[in-house]
This record gives sequence, structure tokens and C-alpha cells, in this order.
Amino acid sequence: MKHLVKAGIVALGLGAVAHSAWAQGDCAAGKTLTDGVLTIATGNPAYFPWVIDDAPETGKGFEAAVALEIARRMGFEGDAVKWVRTSFDEAIQPGAKNFDFNIQQYSITPERDEFIDFSAPYYTAAQSVVVRKPAVDAGATATVDSLKSLKWGAVESTTSPGLIQELISPDADMLLYNDVADSVEALKAGQVDAIMLDLPSALFTAAVLLDDGVVLGQFETGGDSPDELGLVFEEGNPLRDCANEAIAAMKADGTLKAIEAEWLQDATGVPVIK
Amino acid sequence: MGAPDRQAAPAGAGAAGREFGPSRRELRERRERRRSLLIAAVSTALTIAAIVILVPMTPGWERVQKAFFNEGVFLKTFPKLLDAFWLDVAMFLWCAPLIALWGLVLALMRDARSPALYPLKLFAILYSDLFRGVPVILVIYLIGFGIPGLGLPRPWNSPYIWGTVALVLSYSAYVAEVYRAGIESIHESQRAAAVSLGLSHGDVMRFVVLPQAIRRVIPAAMNNLISLQKDVALVSFIGPVEIFRQAGVYKSLYANFTPYVGAALIFLVVTVPATRAVDRMIARQQRRQS
Repeated sequence: MKHLVKAGIVALGLGAVAHSAWAQGDCAAGKTLTDGVLTIATGNPAYFPWVIDDAPETGKGFEAAVALEIARRMGFEGDAVKWVRTSFDEAIQPGAKNFDFNIQQYSITPERDEFIDFSAPYYTAAQSVVVRKPAVDAGATATVDSLKSLKWGAVESTTSPGLIQELISPDADMLLYNDVADSVEALKAGQVDAIMLDLPSALFTAAVLLDDGVVLGQFETGGDSPDELGLVFEEGNPLRDCANEAIAAMKADGTLKAIEAEWLQDATGVPVIK
Repeated sequence: MGAPDRQAAPAGAGAAGREFGPSRRELRERRERRRSLLIAAVSTALTIAAIVILVPMTPGWERVQKAFFNEGVFLKTFPKLLDAFWLDVAMFLWCAPLIALWGLVLALMRDARSPALYPLKLFAILYSDLFRGVPVILVIYLIGFGIPGLGLPRPWNSPYIWGTVALVLSYSAYVAEVYRAGIESIHESQRAAAVSLGLSHGDVMRFVVLPQAIRRVIPAAMNNLISLQKDVALVSFIGPVEIFRQAGVYKSLYANFTPYVGAALIFLVVTVPATRAVDRMIARQQRRQS
């Protein structure tokens, strides 16, 4: 009996390998880190609503769902997808990478593009402003003039510090933090009045992490502000073209929009900053 | 050193040797010194050559060079890094005297000898266990976010204040131990002698023990200051944009690590002379004591 079970497992395993080998489109074949397996990296921890419960393998959360769909279209499903965790720095350090692509809200900028490769964008995230109720009571409004006088905080590894300087150029020096959690802590402690986050993170932060959080406004997307998110590849990785194909197909047949509607809150109610 | 040499140049023969020119032993020592200088020069040159030639031959060198030693990024970011460094300097200048003072107070508490003052002694012992046992960065996080979280109004909740308070609390625990070593190195007989002359316990400490103790531990305390120079960068974790954080911003902006190399250079320019100064101070003190 034991032997039978073992044989069955082996057969299943072989089947799975054969299956994934078959299913792989010509594009991705032989281009992944491990043959027949796609290794996807995300943040540690990965934040809501991009990944729900820090468990990307379940496909729950916007980025988890997008990553798995891209993987599926490149011919990787089930056991053929492996998740690893990296920091921002690990994605840009020189040398061999431990992932095929990295998905953790990387904004596509021309400066970064010189050292790493980005896929086509899978989402356009408006930058938005989170404050607490006392600031609103004190008269903060969704205008650049009003935002100038606030004490600002942001997360170092994002594009926000540059954008705050560029779009608002506040009167007081801004404070910068390692991650969203720290910046929210500073907001709670009253050390900063406002933090800049991408809209989905901002909505979550205001509603869940803060008792009296308000998304004061969002900046208009498009224009010069770099708010398109892309997958990160090691410079020159040929797999990028395969992922771009998958993303283009997902945009064309509406899958991307459907995933967005499923996992990201509708944000049309947030005022645009003038 | 073979035994025959020792016989050829017995102790006390120096004065006589000078009249007859260099002794055999002196000649041999000269030869040996020349030889070791030559060996040192050749081996240093070989090592440097190996690094300069071999490292660029590694397969990843080009990528490392692009990511860590990028001239364009360096030139673009260096001036702003230098600006940000002034915040580190300011925090250092603000912390150092407070650490020296609070560390001394802790050391005196620890040295309390009257039974009635035992609570102070206990406090000093627990304090030093606590703050030497917890990483500085954790103290900064807990104090920097925790205390302002109690609801202090601005500007009293500033991360500049609580970040430096955290540094002072941590570092004074180390500095107190340094002071204590100095205080305990002054022999009991000196205290006894001073008391017998009619000095009070406070005066014994003030006029007899501390002047000697502090002079003895200055080099060791300076070593703490040198590491403080670097650790002020940790305050960036709770918000202030000093040089380490500014370098991090550029790192994310350019997806390139060169700004960190620039920041490291700026630190070196300050810490290397400081380290050398302390080395000299220690050497001078050892000469005086021996």
C-alpha cells in the first residue's frame, strides 16, 4: 500500500512537471531562475490591500492576484510558482537575484530604469494625502497652499519624498521613515501632520490603522508625477518581454480591470488636490 | 635573538660600544630592520596590485561599479549629503556633554557607600544592565515613538528631542561604566588618607578621586564618543533626515548605492582623525604612567 501511494505521488509529481513544461509558453521557457518554476518576490511583510494577510500564495490582494495571473499566462501555475521576500534594496543590489520578478509597488522612474528593468505598468496609483481629524479641524484642505503649512512625513524608499518637495515644497523640513507602519506611528504621535501614500494604501491606512484618519485628497494621475507601478526585473532579464506580453493581454481582455475592481476600493470619492 | 649575541652585547656595554662604532648586534639589527622594511613594502605592493588587478576581473565588477561607484550619481548627491551631515554634527554636539554629565552622575550613584543610599546604587546597577543590554536602535524606536505617543504637544514631541534622549540614555550607561573603572582604579588607601586628613566623603570624591579617575579614563571615554559620532545616524529611523537617511532617499531615487559610499566617505573624514587623536592621547598617557 505504502509503495502504491509513493508511486502515485511520484507519478503525480512527474505529471505536474510534464504539465508545467507543456503549459509554458515558448516565451518563458528556459528563462527563469529555476527551470519550470517562476520565482516571484514581494515585500516583507507585504501590505494590505496589495497582499491580504501577508500570504501572496493565496492570490488574495491586488498584487498577489496580478502576479499569479501574469504567471499563469506565462505558463506557471500551482507549484510552479514560488514566492520569496525581499527588501527594496535587495531588488536593486548588483549581482544575481533570487527572484524572476519583484512586485511591491515599485514606481517606474527614468532614474531607476537606468539600473533595473521595469515591466509595463500594471497599475496607476494616485499619490494621496493622509491626515488626522485634528488637522482637518484646524483648517487643512485639499489645496497645495494649505498643504504647504503642514509638517510632512513619508517613506524613504518611495517616490513620495521627491514628490512632496516637487508638488508641495512644504515650509518645514519633512521627516522620513523606513516603512508605512513607522510613518503612521509618527502621524499618531503628532510628530507629522500629513503623510503621502499611494491611494490604495492611503485608504487602508485612514480607515483601519488610524482611529481618526482622513484621506484629504489625491494628486491627479498622469502628467509628470511617476505613479505607475511596474514589476522589477534584473537589468537585461529576457523574461520581461514575456511578462509585458501577459500584461498587455490582461489589459486588452479586461482581466486587469476586473482584478482591480475586486481588490482595490473605489476611490472616486477622494477629492483631487488643486 | 641567539644566545651568542646576548653575550656579545651585555647589559651596560652601550656606553663602551659607542666609542668603537656600532656593535655587531647594532649592525645586525640595522640589517634586519632594512630587510623587514623591504619585505613590508613588497608585500603591500603585491597586495594592492592583486586587489586592483583581480577585483575588476571578477564577473560582477562592472555591475558593482555601476551600482556603488557611479561617478554621475556621486557628483549629483554629494553636496546634499554634506549638507545633511551637519544635522549629525549638531546632534553629536548636543548629546556628547549630556552623556558625559549623566554618565558621571550614574557612576557616582553606583559608587554610593552609605547604606541609606542603596536605592541609588541599585538604580544605577539596573540602569546599566537595562541600557547596555538593549540595542541602541530599539531604545531609539521605543522612546522616539513611545513617549511622543503619550500625547505631548508640539514641539515637545519632536523626534530630534526624543531621538537624542534615547542616545543619551544608552550611551551614558556605557560611559558610566568607564567612569566607574576609573573611580575604582584609585586605591582605597588614598581615600583613607584623605578621610584621615579630615575631608568629608563628598570632598574626598571631589578633590581626590575624581580628578585622577577622570584623567585616567578620558581615552576610553573618547572611544565611546567616536562610536557616538556614527550612531547619531540611527536617529534617522524615527524621522530626521540626516546623512544616512538622505543617502537612502537618493538610493531609492536612483536605484543606486553610490550615495551610501559618499556618506561613508564623509563619516571617515571625521572619524579617522578623531581615532588617531585618541590613539595619541592613550600613548601619551602610557608614557606618563610607565
